[in-house]
Amino acid sequence: MDTTTTQSPPPPPTDRIEPTSPQKAVVRPGDRVFAGLAKGSGITLLVIMAAIAVFLTYRAVLALSDNEANFLTYQDWLPQNDPPMFGIATLAFGTVVSSVIAMALAVPVAIGIALFISHYAPRRLAGPLAYIVDLLAAVPSIVYGLWGALILVPYLDGLNKWLDEFLSWTYIFEKSGTGPARSLFTVGILLAIMILPVITNVTREVFLQVPRMHEEAALALGATRWETIRLSVLPFARSGIISASMLGLGRALGETMAVATVLSPNFIISGHLLDPGGGTFAQNIASKFKEANEYGQDALIASGLVLFVITLLVNGAARYIIGRRKEYSGANA
Amino acid sequence: MSQTTVTPADRSPVFSTARMPRWAPAVIAVASIALSIGISLAAGWESEVQWGLIAALLFVLGSYVVTARVEGPRQAKDRVVTSLVWVCFILAIVPLLSLAWTTISNGAQIVDVYFLTHSMNAVLNTDPGGGVYHALLGTIEQVLIASVIAVPIGLLTAVYLVEYGKGRLARAVTFFVDVMTGIPSIVAGLFILSLWILILDLGYSGFAGSMALAILMMPVVVRSTEEMLKLVPNELREASLALGVPKWKTIMKIVIPTAIGGITTGVMLAIARITGETAPVLLLVFGSKIINNDPFEGAQSSLPLYVYQEYAIGTTQSIDRAWGAALTLIAFVMILNLVARGIARWKAPKTGR
Repeated sequence: MDTTTTQSPPPPPTDRIEPTSPQKAVVRPGDRVFAGLAKGSGITLLVIMAAIAVFLTYRAVLALSDNEANFLTYQDWLPQNDPPMFGIATLAFGTVVSSVIAMALAVPVAIGIALFISHYAPRRLAGPLAYIVDLLAAVPSIVYGLWGALILVPYLDGLNKWLDEFLSWTYIFEKSGTGPARSLFTVGILLAIMILPVITNVTREVFLQVPRMHEEAALALGATRWETIRLSVLPFARSGIISASMLGLGRALGETMAVATVLSPNFIISGHLLDPGGGTFAQNIASKFKEANEYGQDALIASGLVLFVITLLVNGAARYIIGRRKEYSGANA
Repeated sequence: MSQTTVTPADRSPVFSTARMPRWAPAVIAVASIALSIGISLAAGWESEVQWGLIAALLFVLGSYVVTARVEGPRQAKDRVVTSLVWVCFILAIVPLLSLAWTTISNGAQIVDVYFLTHSMNAVLNTDPGGGVYHALLGTIEQVLIASVIAVPIGLLTAVYLVEYGKGRLARAVTFFVDVMTGIPSIVAGLFILSLWILILDLGYSGFAGSMALAILMMPVVVRSTEEMLKLVPNELREASLALGVPKWKTIMKIVIPTAIGGITTGVMLAIARITGETAPVLLLVFGSKIINNDPFEGAQSSLPLYVYQEYAIGTTQSIDRAWGAALTLIAFVMILNLVARGIARWKAPKTGR
């Protein structure tokens, strides 16, 4: 667009002045309608977001006004009792623990896979691999849930036994009883597998944007491949990795079906991560919904509102970091 | 980094240092796998997961020690990272292969023409047989309605952001589209639940589920369409405008047709994504065993919900059906994905990449 302005010669010929006399641009009705429609759609999106917040808050307030227990610290979920008592302490604990496990497992591995695809894999393998990772991101969560409950849970028995045997002194890996591995720990592993493609995709994109010159400079100084990555790739990609992880975290926090199928929930906060039990916001909504009356549903909506706010903050932060990155990298692109 | 002190004059005129033969990593890998199997058998552990973990650990350690002795510490570190990256890759690929394999092998025993053309009407939990016809029908209807709602709004929003958007409103829309991408599906379901069912008292239906799915679909459509519209060269717009074509006609006849391949891909990927959503359907469509053609009236079923409900019943027969439905669902989603990516490659804008 800039090129057109530079093409016109600085001294305009005098006889050419008349045609440029100001002529008001005609605003056609079609234009006005179309622009209005486009703008209206944008506003519709904003209205939907606002409506989600407003209606969830409205129903949540209805539920909370009758709640006899402290919503934030009470551990049990009994909205249909008289008086109704319910709180999100267990759910918040379970959500945080399972997401933390998922992040701790998924982020390093995802960075590894992204590095593998962008820097280590043979060229001919890299393309198809990236494609497969793309496809994996599209596998529905219920299928992960089914696989997790029927295949992963029995598979992890051995690992659980091993962790209990050698690491039970850490308290968190102490397992009481021999119940199946329908625990927060298993949920964390399954969530890690699910968010792996998401984090990998974004991280790989960022790795591929690292200026070629930085890497070649490092290599020319005699750095090994790892030193090149540590000195040029990782510093450049740091904020990208952070925001990719936060996108993954957003997924893990809100995941419903995979948790609902794997976990055998209860309302006890327990530091023994291998024991069955615990719960997450989304899982609790899905599994309590069928038996809930209208008030019970309002209570679930209140917990959903908390989840909504948390994911909003996480995603907003991720986007904020990405946005800053864009401006920054725009300078040396 | 302070490694450049060794000059050729100090030692020898040879610039290269000792290198390991190319087959060395393979040998270390085989050795560590053998050793891990030995250790695991000796200790009597059953889980193959542990065997793999031990093998991976031995491989990393082994390659570090060997390389450090032969090639020096810097190369050793490099090789450790290389093997770590490979281990990461294998660690990640194993569960995913297992997922694909179990779904296909378990599902393939169930899925046949009968399974795809019959509902669960009058099929007991412990009976074999039954099928997914009602669920497939429900999924298709719900997803179509969701697309009819979400695609126009998404497309127009993207057009607004690329062609018209300036200032604070456009920035707000961009930000909230990004944030909306991350809304948990169950929250979208709860929103429609509170508005449609609790406040307006309109009852469970396929349409209620469609509205929640539309909310999840919109931001995806906006994002992908926006990217595609940005790829359309400005010269095309300017050429059209210079001929006196109104702006809206330029967009409809020049900009969108140029980007239509990418837009179609984005829309199909969005459809694939919402097809697998279970949570909102669970809250809003309620599930049903019989065929219900009318998405606006009464409970329906859908494929992901069917998988969940059959799994929850927990009999051998119903779990078989759950695998069958899971395979049907994955096949549906993957076909959408592959076709979408095919279109993207086929119709890619000439300036792209």
